[in-house]
Amino acid sequence: MAKEFWKKHENLYYAITNKKVIFGLTIFILVILLAIFGPMLTPYEYDEYAGAPYSPPSRQHLFGTNIMGQDVFTMTVYGLRTTLIVGLIAGTIATIIGCVVGFLAGYYGGSWFDEILMSLTNIFVVIPQLALLIILSAFLEVRGIMVMSIIVSATAWPWLARAVRAQTLSLRNQDYVNLSRISSLKVPRILREDIASNMFSYIFMSYILQFNGTMLATVQLEFLGLGPTKGISLGLVMQNAVNWNAIQLGMWWWGIIPGLILTVMITALYFVNTGLDAAFNPRLREM
Amino acid sequence: MARYLSKKILIYAITFFLAVTLNFVIPRMMPGDPIQSLVSRFQIMEGGSEILERQLILLFNLDEPLIVQYFNYWKSIFTGDFGISIMQFPRPVTEIINKAIIYDIILLVPATILSWIVGNKLGAFSGVNKKADNVLMPIFYFLTSSPYFWLAGVVSFFLGVKLGLFPISGAYSVSMVPGFNWPFIVDYFKHWFLPFLSIFLVELGGWAIGMRNMIIYERSSNYSRYMEALGASDKMIRKYGFRNGVLPQVTGLALRIAGIIGGAITVETVFNYPGLGRMMLNSVLNQDYFLLQGIFLAVVVMALVANFLVDIVYMFIDPRVRHSFAGEV
Repeated sequence: MAKEFWKKHENLYYAITNKKVIFGLTIFILVILLAIFGPMLTPYEYDEYAGAPYSPPSRQHLFGTNIMGQDVFTMTVYGLRTTLIVGLIAGTIATIIGCVVGFLAGYYGGSWFDEILMSLTNIFVVIPQLALLIILSAFLEVRGIMVMSIIVSATAWPWLARAVRAQTLSLRNQDYVNLSRISSLKVPRILREDIASNMFSYIFMSYILQFNGTMLATVQLEFLGLGPTKGISLGLVMQNAVNWNAIQLGMWWWGIIPGLILTVMITALYFVNTGLDAAFNPRLREM
Repeated sequence: MARYLSKKILIYAITFFLAVTLNFVIPRMMPGDPIQSLVSRFQIMEGGSEILERQLILLFNLDEPLIVQYFNYWKSIFTGDFGISIMQFPRPVTEIINKAIIYDIILLVPATILSWIVGNKLGAFSGVNKKADNVLMPIFYFLTSSPYFWLAGVVSFFLGVKLGLFPISGAYSVSMVPGFNWPFIVDYFKHWFLPFLSIFLVELGGWAIGMRNMIIYERSSNYSRYMEALGASDKMIRKYGFRNGVLPQVTGLALRIAGIIGGAITVETVFNYPGLGRMMLNSVLNQDYFLLQGIFLAVVVMALVANFLVDIVYMFIDPRVRHSFAGEV
């Protein structure tokens, strides 16, 4: 029974037995758990005076306290929540846009429709994301989580659209796609059943990379003070740290630890990504 | 070749056009009343009301129909008139940008090119050496996962505060007078080093990962196997793999430029480095919309020029582009 199952889902078997995937996924889940349960574990609020200012990490204050006596651990876990949510929503939207544009452009490759879509994509590739985001955010006085996600995703999709288009172009002239076409199947169905389903692993891995990218874009915006206007975020914690000269004062627990968690999490996802690549791609499997 | 270039130029022209239009549209679309806040802020400045009037005619001239406003905006762009900064009243925006952009160029060009070269070399090394690969890859992944500003904080903490090797704020010491003399240049490069290093390290990771994967891919391709069968040396196969692997990396360079410029904005904020990035952020915080719009355009133009240069380089190293667009293939 079990053997049957694994035979059918060979890719899944290789995926979950890959060391890199296991390693990366473990770290990723730990960080997610920290974001979900962290706020329940801490006795403080993120904006209240929690203990003596300037204290380095101790048992009472896991990540120490900042210059105002706030608990850095509390700020980090609350901030992590916001940043993760924005990154996740933005990554999802950006993946969907990228795939739709990529499929359509690739399927109609060479036509004027393709030209227009690709020109649009290339324009978005050239414009510096962060500068555009700053301009947009600067004039929007109130920004919630949803607005932030849309802003971030609006500039995150182009590379994926290009990659998906290239893949679609190579699948488009396969015999089975031609067969579907001359059977006069509807285009959405061809795209869904013949093209998308054959690129599933590729899109899934791109989704991970997209999530990494939107997390980084989000945290950069937050760092510049252009994050959600309410509440706290990881970038905001670090912005405060820089503004209050935490680095110069040697308060590494305030200036460095919050970012370290995010960096470690994104690194872990890269591991998952390479691991999956090896699992899905038989050529790399033997390595 | 000409077709390849003209197609690219067309894209860049459209991009520039859109950037200008966006600049024009966004303040008019956004909620809130930027004009009201401008009026109240100019009133407290000396001679503010006349300048305000000129500014409003220049950029917001709201009595005229939208299309006229739009044409006026274009006119002001071609005459290089972006208005007067509020933050550094009464300096013109163009003057501020001209001064700040030099810092960006001296910071970004070496960081981009060096990280590309070193990253490719390290990645190629990692791709053929299993032992080195196991150690280097996690480092590369870590570097490419770091937010620019966070890595900037890390290097300034360890190299600046702990070891005291480099200053961690500003572009030169306050006591220095900018000039073309030796002590100033040394001082300048000491301040330059940490921002440079931050951008360099983050970028390095991405290039190395890309090159490593390319080399592994090329090594398993048919031409490599054929060369191996013919008894070519390992070094020679590697050399050909590298040459093929470099092409996508050059395309990648064009894709990354926008990201690097964005990262530089945050790095400059950490180091209080007086480039366009920090200026842009300051203008947001001070609601200096004229300066903000001017810098946005400057940044876009910077990205366009850089992309164009990469396109030209690509044309020279990839014979297929040269030939296919000349109708030879």
